[in-house]
Amino acid sequence: MAPAKKRNVSSAKTIEQSIKTAKIDLNTKVERILESRKNANDVFDILEFLQSAKEKDVINAVNACSKLFCTLLEKKELFLGKLPGEEEALSGGYSAEEKYRVFMRHRYNSCVEMLLEHLSHELHGVKESALCCLMKFAAGEGQHPLEDLDWSEHYSFPRELIQAVVKRLLSQTTDNSLMISRFQEFLEMEDVRYYVMSSIRENVGKVMEKNKEALVPIYQNNVFTLMSNISVPSQESELTNFMVQQEAKHDDWKVAKLNEHKRVFERMWLGFLKYKLPSNMYKKILVILHDSILPHMSKPTLMIDFLTAAYEVGGAISLLALNGLFVLIHQHNLDYPDFYKKLYNLLEPSVFHVKYRARFFHLANLFLSSSHLPVYLVAAFAKRLARLALTAPPTALLIVLPFIYNLIRRHPSCRVLIHKPSTEDEHLEDPYLMDEEDPAQCRALESSLWEIKTLQKHYHPDVAKTAMSINTPLSEKEDDISEVLEITTYELMERDLKQSQTKSVPLEFETATQLLKGGANVLGQHFCLD
Amino acid sequence: MLLYFYDYIRDTRVCQSVLGRHFTHMGKAPKKRSMADKVRKTKTSTEIKNNPFEVKINRKKFDILGRKSKHDVGLPGVSRSKAINKRKETLLKEYKQKNKSSKFIDRRFGEYDTKMAPEDKILKRFAMERQRNHDKKDVYNLNEEEELTHYGQSLAEMEKFNDLVNSDDESEEKGLLSAELTASHFGGGGLLRKRGSGEQQQEGEGSHRAKSRQELIEELIQKSKLEKRERQVQKEEAQELTEKLDQEWKSIQALMVKKTPKGECVEEEKPKLEQYDMMVRELGFEMKAQPSEKLKTPEELAREEREKLQKLEADRLRRMMGDEVGESSQSQIHMSADDLNDGFILDTDDKKTLSYQDGKWNIGEESDEDKGEDEEEGQSGEEEESEAEEEDKDGDAEEDDGESEEEQEGSSEEEDGHSDLESEQESEDEEEKQEDEKASVKPSLSKEEIKAQQEAAKAELPYTFTAPENYSDLKDLLHGHTPDNQRLIVARTQKSNHASLAVGNKLKLQKLFVFLLEYIGELASRSPPELTTIDKLIPELYTLCQMFPEAACKAMQSILGDAGHSMEEGLEVKGHVAFPTLDMLIYLKVTALLFPTSDFRHPVTTPALLYISQALTKCPLRSLQDVTSGLVLCCLAVEYVSFSKRFLPELVNFLAGTLHLAVQDKTALGYTVVPPFRPSGKCSDLLVLSDSESCLSWSKKSLPLSATHRLELKNELGRDHHRLMCLSTCLDLVKRCCLLYKDLTSFACIFQPIRLLLSKHLSAHTLPKLLQELHSEILETISSAPVTRSRLVLERKKPIPLKLLTPKIVEVLDYGKKRGSTKDEREKERLQHKYKKEFKGALREIRKDTRFLAREKLNEVMNRDSERKRKVRELFGSLATQEGEWKALKRRKRK
Repeated sequence: MAPAKKRNVSSAKTIEQSIKTAKIDLNTKVERILESRKNANDVFDILEFLQSAKEKDVINAVNACSKLFCTLLEKKELFLGKLPGEEEALSGGYSAEEKYRVFMRHRYNSCVEMLLEHLSHELHGVKESALCCLMKFAAGEGQHPLEDLDWSEHYSFPRELIQAVVKRLLSQTTDNSLMISRFQEFLEMEDVRYYVMSSIRENVGKVMEKNKEALVPIYQNNVFTLMSNISVPSQESELTNFMVQQEAKHDDWKVAKLNEHKRVFERMWLGFLKYKLPSNMYKKILVILHDSILPHMSKPTLMIDFLTAAYEVGGAISLLALNGLFVLIHQHNLDYPDFYKKLYNLLEPSVFHVKYRARFFHLANLFLSSSHLPVYLVAAFAKRLARLALTAPPTALLIVLPFIYNLIRRHPSCRVLIHKPSTEDEHLEDPYLMDEEDPAQCRALESSLWEIKTLQKHYHPDVAKTAMSINTPLSEKEDDISEVLEITTYELMERDLKQSQTKSVPLEFETATQLLKGGANVLGQHFCLD
Repeated sequence: MLLYFYDYIRDTRVCQSVLGRHFTHMGKAPKKRSMADKVRKTKTSTEIKNNPFEVKINRKKFDILGRKSKHDVGLPGVSRSKAINKRKETLLKEYKQKNKSSKFIDRRFGEYDTKMAPEDKILKRFAMERQRNHDKKDVYNLNEEEELTHYGQSLAEMEKFNDLVNSDDESEEKGLLSAELTASHFGGGGLLRKRGSGEQQQEGEGSHRAKSRQELIEELIQKSKLEKRERQVQKEEAQELTEKLDQEWKSIQALMVKKTPKGECVEEEKPKLEQYDMMVRELGFEMKAQPSEKLKTPEELAREEREKLQKLEADRLRRMMGDEVGESSQSQIHMSADDLNDGFILDTDDKKTLSYQDGKWNIGEESDEDKGEDEEEGQSGEEEESEAEEEDKDGDAEEDDGESEEEQEGSSEEEDGHSDLESEQESEDEEEKQEDEKASVKPSLSKEEIKAQQEAAKAELPYTFTAPENYSDLKDLLHGHTPDNQRLIVARTQKSNHASLAVGNKLKLQKLFVFLLEYIGELASRSPPELTTIDKLIPELYTLCQMFPEAACKAMQSILGDAGHSMEEGLEVKGHVAFPTLDMLIYLKVTALLFPTSDFRHPVTTPALLYISQALTKCPLRSLQDVTSGLVLCCLAVEYVSFSKRFLPELVNFLAGTLHLAVQDKTALGYTVVPPFRPSGKCSDLLVLSDSESCLSWSKKSLPLSATHRLELKNELGRDHHRLMCLSTCLDLVKRCCLLYKDLTSFACIFQPIRLLLSKHLSAHTLPKLLQELHSEILETISSAPVTRSRLVLERKKPIPLKLLTPKIVEVLDYGKKRGSTKDEREKERLQHKYKKEFKGALREIRKDTRFLAREKLNEVMNRDSERKRKVRELFGSLATQEGEWKALKRRKRK
């Protein structure tokens, strides 16, 4: 009765005024509402603006809402505890004060609802301001909880609100990566992060169950973006930045414990990785796995299943899984049977052409730097790499050749590969079996590295020079391959292009007469000018 | 006596003053004791040495050949007396002066300064004296002249008492004179006389020593300076003369060259008889020294060319092996200093290009006759051009009928054609060269056609062009002309801006090269690409490149660098890039034409190869155009390595991948394909024929280069034909690769995938007949490759020798010297030894000194004692006499 009347009075003002006046209007309205309870019905106008089609209007309204309700939260003018229905409140025996609070609480709830809707608005500005506003509400609710704090065990945190926000962020239809990166600033806060992590886990479980384990690329992408933005601090003492400070027993709060964080983090990731992933997602995860996931888990060994599965996949995914496996083997005492055999079988011609070549060779170098490896294994690796080098581009060759030399240096008994004096002058077939999967059976030690001999005739001078060094005994010092790992073809080209022109440039002395002639006239034989 | 006297003369300086006195003594017998001393003193060293009583011979234990000993003979008496005398002069004096407070100090300037030359001393002393005099007396003395002195004596006074002084003074001159006199008086034979006169001369100089020496030196210096100047003047004169001669010779030399063969020079020079005479006279000298180069026979020329080419080839091989380029082939550019004056030799640069040019017709397969024809044609062309240039504007009409004439002229002038080549008319030279190129460029066109074209060109084209300042200038210049005309324009631009004609031309031509490259790129990227124009412009590019290798290299490098960079960027952003466009393919080909592809490392071709390899590994094939582009790249790659036979893995990979595209059944592959190819999937069936019947209607012909970016194939049949074309190209390239890499140790491994592919998956019966042959040839080559691999063995090093225990025997050439230690040690030892020696010597000297002093003291004491005894005895004597007298008196008294 009363609200309706008031509303009629206040809505006399025109809505279709300029945006500026609207903004002033909204501000004055907020002030009026806060001034006296008589003007409470103005809140409808603000909520109306929230649903406007104009971006500016909506943003202004969002700002106004945030101001209004934050103040109300602070003043505790919102109804606490279990909220009665609006009609019920009117009919029930509530005092006017209580009625007002119930009314405002309802408005607040509808406002939150609308803001959540806005999180999937098509305009980024609206989304962003809605998100900020919601997080302000969350902070407010945390400070001034809307529930009754009856028993002391209870820690106040706007869990539902965060859950709802996360649910909206992890949309199944739109790519929310921009929003998520905006959201990252809130993830700095320990408690928010904690509850976000647990809500992600719940959400993922629900959504993936619903989808019957089929791929949901957009959703999974959103989840991945959000999760990869989460990083847990490494020290418990760093857990200082809280959105909500608990008055009592703050130190006992789960959120304040690093182990809890780690556990939630771990459960979140495991929950996500449990389901089938698109292959590019696989790669992305494997790329960040070793330095942004494994260290934050309470039990990294739980990743073994995922990593071994990835390692079995083959191709680039296997190469990437190596890094995580290395961490597990190296730091968490993982015993992986046939690790080297699998590594050996990863060596394919494509190894030299994939994007992660540098990372692979860095790791392979680490794995093979152990001095406890059997000779046959090292020889098999050397021989296989040499064989593959016959198809490799020069940038890869500049990595592979020193790599092989380092292997031979570390294991002097492999020297037979490049130095095997024999009495009789035999003309033999290469005994090495390329197709053999077991490095123990491939007879690499009986072979020699003729491939490197072949590469001495390589067209690129640097490669040829490097290959030449097997003619003489290798030097004691290992070659440092780390500086050639990332070399690109253009850098190789620059070596020649940027050389100072002190020496004269040799010229072709056969006179050029026609475009297609010259050389061995290969081009002219197959192609004509027109 | 005579002997003594002679000795006195020899020791004049010491003895002169004594001489007279001794001489007077001669009459009496001198005291016996002093006599011996005197004899020793006056005796010459030879005499003493000959006296067995004076000589002490140090006995040697062994006679050692070749060793010279300074101390085998000693003269103890002489050295002792010397030492004693010295001590008397120094030590004794000191001893006598001991405990005495008054001393005689010589304050003369620099008296004890041994470093100062006596002349300096005298000069300084004189100056000081003058100063002193001046200070003291002449402060207020206004008009008095300074007193002139001679030897410290006033000249005025000397004049006054001239005679007196002279007569009284026993000056050295006097002494000398008397000596001379006496010598003449006493005679003494020719020999002695002579020596005496020699002495006298010496004396004469010696008497004026202070002055005359100084003067002498000054005189000497002056004389030498004078001589020097004279020599210089002479030299300059000679140089001027020769220069003049040279100039004059140069002025007529051109005439000489042209006219001598015809023997007309005499007639030509008639009007200026004087000059002519002069020249003839000069030539009389010159001709002998410089015979003009004789005309070479074609055989000789051919041989020379062959040698030159052989040298270049050897150079190329050396570079291919990757040896450090010490002196490249361009060291020929160097000119010796005396070449400058030699008018016969052209700018070496031009000469070089010329020789390459010659090489074309000299070494080719053409027979001599062909060559002759060619030459003739070249000559005639040249003639045409030169005449045209002479006539320039008005001569156009005459051209038509002048053709036959020209031909005749061409043949008649063929004789001196070579001397023309040698002469310094570079432009002509240049023209001839280009004409020749033209001749060789279009062997297919008949002569008439060429002529006609040239006529047409000449009818409309101007003969000189200004070099384009920027790229759009060049485009404007060439716009709207036929390819042939464009070439002519560029050629003429190049000619009229030859580097030798003006200072800035070099830069202009370098720019022209860059613009031409850009132009070629633009031509290639037009649609349709104007490849014929590019083809025509190639020779121009080549000549420009030969002229400015550095600039050409830079231009090409920047193109390659940009292309490589953009490809790298594309790869980083998208992960894959499209195949290079046609202009890049053309650039790569041009690179191969301009620069040697076989070098181990070359600033242009190495990056170009890298670019090709990059393109072959990173560009995915999505269409038939891509396949064609890839095959063009493969062709280029094969050309690049065809000479050096270097291994290009990407090439083999790509060819295998291309063959894989033609495999129909992509299941159960026994081989792996390398990226950018995929075992199966989209775009991996690009070369699979849609209809196997199309094999029958296919026949081999060349693919157009434009197919790399625009392929208009209407129906499936045409597409199939294109596929077959690609396949045939690919198979041919595979065959070439097989032949190229036959000798590699891993040949079988490298070609294993291709072999498997061809034998199992791409069987011959699905291919047209032509390809079937290729197919079987390849398989044969692969399987017949020799397995010549032996175990890898490190290169043998020279073994490190064991330590030997037998003594090391070193031939000793210098005995008596310490060996077997370092230089420092030896030096230390030497110094120690020296110190020891000196120490001993000093000790000995001190001992001798003390002995001497003791002796002197003893002498003193003895003298004193004897004196006292004498005095005592005297006293006693006197007392005794007194006593005696007294006693006698007493006795007398008593008596």
